[in-house]
Amino acid sequence: MDQFLAFGVVGLSTAAIYAVIGSGLVLTYVTTGVFNFAHGAAGMLAAFAYWQLTAGWGWPVPVALAAVLLVLAPAFGLLVERVLLRPVQHLGEAERMVMMVALLSGLIAAARWIWDPNVARPLPAFFADRTPFRAGPVTVTWHQALTMAVAVAVAAGLWALLNRTRSGAAMRATVDDRALAGLTGADPVRANQVAWVLGTQLAAVGGILIAPAVALDAQQLSLLIVSAYTAAIFGRLRSLPLTFLGAVVVGCLESYLTGYLPQNPYLPGLRLAAPALLLFAALLLFPHRRLRGRDRRLARVPLPSRRGALVFAASVAAAGVVLATVLEGDDLVTFGPLFPLGMVALSYVPLTGYAGQISLCQLSMAGIGAVVWAHLGADGRPWALAVAVLVAAVAGALIALPALRLSGVYLALGTAAFAVVLDRWVFTLPSFDVLGVRIALFEQGSLEVSGPSLLGARLDGERETIVFSAVCLALASLGVAALRRGRFGRRLIALRDSEAAYATLGGRPLVARVAVFALGAGIAGLGGALYGMQLRTITADQFSLVAGLPVFLIAVIGGLGYVGNGLFSGTAFTGPNILLGPASWTQNLVAVLPALAGMGLGHSPDGLLARLRRDWEPVARDRIAMPVLALVLALAWLLRVADAVGGWALLAGVLAAALALREYAASRTRSAAEPEVPVEWWGVRRPWRAEDGEVLARGIAQG
Amino acid sequence: MASLKVEGVTVAYGGNLALDGVGLTAERGRVTGLIGPNGAGKSTLFDVVSGLRRPSSGRVLLDGRDVTRLGPARRARHGLARTFQRLELFGRLSVRDNLLVAAELGPGRRHAARLADEIIDRVGLAGVAGVLADALPTGAARLAEVGRALAARPALLLLDEPAAGQDAGETERFAALLRSLAADGTAVVLVEHDMGLVMSVCDEVHVLDLGKVIAVGPPEAVRRDAAVLAAYLGEP
Repeated sequence: MDQFLAFGVVGLSTAAIYAVIGSGLVLTYVTTGVFNFAHGAAGMLAAFAYWQLTAGWGWPVPVALAAVLLVLAPAFGLLVERVLLRPVQHLGEAERMVMMVALLSGLIAAARWIWDPNVARPLPAFFADRTPFRAGPVTVTWHQALTMAVAVAVAAGLWALLNRTRSGAAMRATVDDRALAGLTGADPVRANQVAWVLGTQLAAVGGILIAPAVALDAQQLSLLIVSAYTAAIFGRLRSLPLTFLGAVVVGCLESYLTGYLPQNPYLPGLRLAAPALLLFAALLLFPHRRLRGRDRRLARVPLPSRRGALVFAASVAAAGVVLATVLEGDDLVTFGPLFPLGMVALSYVPLTGYAGQISLCQLSMAGIGAVVWAHLGADGRPWALAVAVLVAAVAGALIALPALRLSGVYLALGTAAFAVVLDRWVFTLPSFDVLGVRIALFEQGSLEVSGPSLLGARLDGERETIVFSAVCLALASLGVAALRRGRFGRRLIALRDSEAAYATLGGRPLVARVAVFALGAGIAGLGGALYGMQLRTITADQFSLVAGLPVFLIAVIGGLGYVGNGLFSGTAFTGPNILLGPASWTQNLVAVLPALAGMGLGHSPDGLLARLRRDWEPVARDRIAMPVLALVLALAWLLRVADAVGGWALLAGVLAAALALREYAASRTRSAAEPEVPVEWWGVRRPWRAEDGEVLARGIAQG
Repeated sequence: MASLKVEGVTVAYGGNLALDGVGLTAERGRVTGLIGPNGAGKSTLFDVVSGLRRPSSGRVLLDGRDVTRLGPARRARHGLARTFQRLELFGRLSVRDNLLVAAELGPGRRHAARLADEIIDRVGLAGVAGVLADALPTGAARLAEVGRALAARPALLLLDEPAAGQDAGETERFAALLRSLAADGTAVVLVEHDMGLVMSVCDEVHVLDLGKVIAVGPPEAVRRDAAVLAAYLGEP
């Protein structure tokens, strides 16, 4: 009994921290409508800053606490509100969420940059020098008592703020209707700022209190938030009392699992994954929402022409051949993942671009594909690749079934929870038997992966694998283009644009959604298998939730409606590594890049591919520029293969030639087009045309 | 047998009754009008009939079969199609692709492309067939919704303010389209604020006010009904 109570005290003190963090999350969500994925990361940053001030620079604890909680945290909250959120406030929920995912990914990368992850940073508990006191049959440390006292104070303070102050009333009004609150004299921007400052402070308090109990590790601390998310979901992201209740459930569950879970090689991961499993369950307890009507402001999904898709696929394959022949030594390893990761990004095009389903576990699906290939494809049997795709697709369909009830932020959270369950538990399992079939995963370490045999030849070298991946990506891009042109693609877009209309026409949203999840997971699984072949040795870490966030961000920045996203994302993801050769210190900069680019999303919500297409279309259509460009590329390639020029000179030369040709083609289209006549002079300075009425009507409708 | 029969349907939003024991019938080959002031419950009734909203009591029968417990997709397979007052086009698809999605899901799926092109001509959308639905002016968008519903080859068609935003000439052409649909044997239920259109094409009119049916009858009779006048113009 004493042991039970002791674990209860540990659980309650953990619960108190989750409650503090979770209430910050709820506060920002209800006031600003933004679900802060980076809330835990803000707490992590605060813990690191506190360590730096106390252990690093020797500041006294009270001064350091004041500096972090009263200066740094509020400043950080205000900065995030001003720089990241205000520019995307007018965009949709999805864009705001991408911002927060970018912030999460960026903060983890930045923390690893500033504080070398290989150095241990112990943080002492508060009042560590005082002996614990006894409360009845149990012993309570002063740190635990302090934690619980802080939670009670936070609860009381938030209640008083929301119910007894003008700011609180303004914040609650902003939730219901921003514009209306503004009209009645409340200031929505100020309410947002107050919410961000308080939210960040609460995250900081939680981060500092929990850091002594766990290692000071950027990724681990940021993801501790999963437990706080679960608590907030208990409160349905709205109710603070229910959030506190949820925190107690999660905290005690974790504590009792630690105490009472039987010793067994399969179960330690379960304790770590328990909050994520509970999060998944809590999400599913939400009531069915009604069929959604139309979403305004969705990114475009251009229809690729058959010829364009074929030319693009051929270029992808050619790019593979060029890279495989031009690169040497370490560069083959550095740039090899271009096509496999591009494939993972391509899986977002049908899944998120067309069907609007946000998934944060695509790299985990890739992990499943990689594991299946590593085990079954050891002899290079090509059918094992099909099995890898199939198993990943089945896994995708399995997540889709429960996730069907979720959308938007909840779906993103659900898939993130699934990824965490895989990271912490499933991928760490030793091998086991199911119905007589032996199932092995990462074997609690790393796996050797080999290439496939095709037509009697073993594709095992880096160069062969690059060409093979490029051909696979070309075929997959072609497949996605065909999908977009066909019946299923139309249905996915229709489903996203108006679920209600789709259903009243006889469509089954559930079937389409499971199918697209399976398809996306299958594509990602193939990407994972190729990634494995490229890396030769794989570990579970390479397929974790946090590793997958940059892939998601880059795909979003490219523009999820474009079939070319695979090649773009692969290039954008591995391309910056080019800096590593001449300047190895740029490694951390390269790690932060995807997050920085994601934060720039507000400036081009339609994606960079739309812009690239607009800029380069004149070249592709020009009868002179295009052949010349092809010739330049071919010549450059031959020169490099013959070792006549160096890589850098070649890159610079090709870029200069391409830009010059773009200018040339653009100037030709400009001169070909007739001079622009302002709309008010139509029919006066030039004759009125039959289509002018239509053009005007459309312009007015859009304006 | 009536193509659509609604019996005693009640829908409550919180404590308010949006629909209070509403009954309605619509027959093949006829245009049935459903009119009433804003907030009378017309669109809510369409949501109940098409399966987007469960009523707290009452029944919906299609061709004599109780479909109250079926979802929207199953009802569509029984020949029901509708348009939406708040446009619900597939905005990122072209007008033709909008019709194609409906044709491919409906009984005409074997010849979906031909069916879509026929309807584009019949409804008068040929000029905008390749335009993205998001870029359409309102009048054309409403017409495209009608075209999409027709591409599902419905036996029962629910139209929610299809003529809003049309000019006099367009409305005249639209009235002719409705008559020709009825002549083909389709049961049409029309919600519309343009009284000229309602009076000229409807065979029977139901008047809804504050969730209750206050009058049913031929257009001329309904126009003179004292309760209807009071609902529209206020008590004298």
